[in-house]
Amino acid sequence: MDATIRKQLERTACKVRMGVIEGTFNAKSGHPGGSLSISDLLTYLYFAKMHVDPKNPKMQSRDRLVLSKGHTAPALYSVLAQRGFFDEAELKSLRHIGALLQGHPDMKHIPGVDMSTGSLGQGISAACGMALSGKLASDSYKVYAILGDGEIEEGQVWEAAMFAAHYQLDNLVAIVDNNGLQIDGKITDVMSPMPIDKKFEAFGWYVITMDAHDFDDIERAFNEAENISGKPVAIIQKSTKGKGVSFMENQVGWHGKAPNADEYKQAMDELQAALDSIKD
Amino acid sequence: MADVIKKATRDSYGDALVEVSELYPDMVVLDADLAAATKTGTFKKACPDRFIDCGIAEANMMGVAAGIASTGRKVFASSFAMFAAGRAYEIVRNSIGYPHLNVKIGATHAGISVGEDGATHQCNEDIALMRTIPGMTVINPADDVEARAAVKAALEIDGPVYLRFGRLAVPVINDNADYKFELGKGITLKDGKDVTIVATGLMVYMAVEAAEMLKAEGIDARVINIHTIKPLDKELICKAAQETGCIVTAEEHSVIGGLGAAVAEAVTECCPVPVVKLGVNDEFGHSGPAVDLLKEYGLTAENIAAMAKKAVSLKK
Repeated sequence: MDATIRKQLERTACKVRMGVIEGTFNAKSGHPGGSLSISDLLTYLYFAKMHVDPKNPKMQSRDRLVLSKGHTAPALYSVLAQRGFFDEAELKSLRHIGALLQGHPDMKHIPGVDMSTGSLGQGISAACGMALSGKLASDSYKVYAILGDGEIEEGQVWEAAMFAAHYQLDNLVAIVDNNGLQIDGKITDVMSPMPIDKKFEAFGWYVITMDAHDFDDIERAFNEAENISGKPVAIIQKSTKGKGVSFMENQVGWHGKAPNADEYKQAMDELQAALDSIKD
Repeated sequence: MADVIKKATRDSYGDALVEVSELYPDMVVLDADLAAATKTGTFKKACPDRFIDCGIAEANMMGVAAGIASTGRKVFASSFAMFAAGRAYEIVRNSIGYPHLNVKIGATHAGISVGEDGATHQCNEDIALMRTIPGMTVINPADDVEARAAVKAALEIDGPVYLRFGRLAVPVINDNADYKFELGKGITLKDGKDVTIVATGLMVYMAVEAAEMLKAEGIDARVINIHTIKPLDKELICKAAQETGCIVTAEEHSVIGGLGAAVAEAVTECCPVPVVKLGVNDEFGHSGPAVDLLKEYGLTAENIAAMAKKAVSLKK
């Protein structure tokens, strides 16, 4: 990846993370941990990959993104705000009464949200439907679905996995955010979905593994995915829950907890320092 | 009744899908390995490129339908009522209902008239489940004419619709020139002043028979066919409550949460009168020939007439 572009993406990702902290702090609730683990991924998709138009969010030819792990909406909202789908100020009223930004993605009202999600395991099925509809119409749009590694404990995910391979949905890319933690603890302790790669392979998917926090590797993975035909692609991204905020990293307690005022300040300071450190 | 034409509304569903296939060239039909039984197989034969088998995976099918609808394409998702409304309930609620997506759910084999398959497949709870979802339209057609009209009407509105069809062949009663299907509007099949029978689905033809029986006993019963359970034609029902002073409801569904409950909910707010509910009581079904089961569970014209007399006796 071109160094200038990479630095730009890294800067944007810092701002996306700051939006996650801003949103969850003001909401006094929400899910920062898993939002921070997908912030680089969303930044790459919305700023370097997807064909979208913030001025025309329902554009028929757009690429679509389904946040199947819908609880990490703060990251999606933050990236959509950065991309210009709505005002960044909306992040401060996340989860408030009368606010635009609901606790989980709401496609009916929020510009740029392609599917309402939140109940785990459902988004991937909707993504399959979008991909199938595109194939039937010979549309060229792509569909991206982001799943949690805990989420894939839901049986519906595997119904969808079977469906996508059966109908050869090569316009579908599912990214599994493998941060290793779910609400009750480590995924391997709660209900191990491992090995994730072998499972998707067995279901007929083409599997790629990538480093979730390295834009060069993210680009490599998506370029590889681009060249696959005849089967859906699963990208297993090895990520760090809470990435970018020192005290949240790899801490299961930060799955669904908002920072207090001190924690908010520390998190924002750290992210600002990270942003400032990216020199041209 | 020997010369009465009978047809199962699931057959009407399959036929209607083919009838509308040219009008809606982008429409697709999904099923979950039950095409031969739900009769979407009729559509599959006519339009194989637009038929998508989802395999035995109803949860995923409903989600796929939501995704397809989000791209602007019309879509039907079909299975037995038990699995469409029961197994996939939460997907229907969250992936279809909450975003108010344009998915039409064609649910067949509703009620105990499924017959021999027994309790696991006899869904008497689907109307109750579906009508609690905000924005969901719920239609339970009475016969072939109404079922085909319902499919067309469902396509004309934007939003989720639950269509309830049966396995058992039932008499065609609406094959008259002035029949008109209006979504959300009940149909008064017979006027009357002593009691109103509000019926839905396969109970409608029995309601007409019951009114004849009551007439012989000097009771003048009004008969209303409610094909759209949600939104309910409250105006027609409240008017009937005012004018006849009591109501009996008849449905092949649990007495909890279905048509009877919906009618009672409406009447208590506009004109409280006795409402006697005839349906499947708080129990499961079991195996047996459909016709025998309907008799065993009291879903007969005779029983509607008996309940109507009870309703009349409860009048102040």
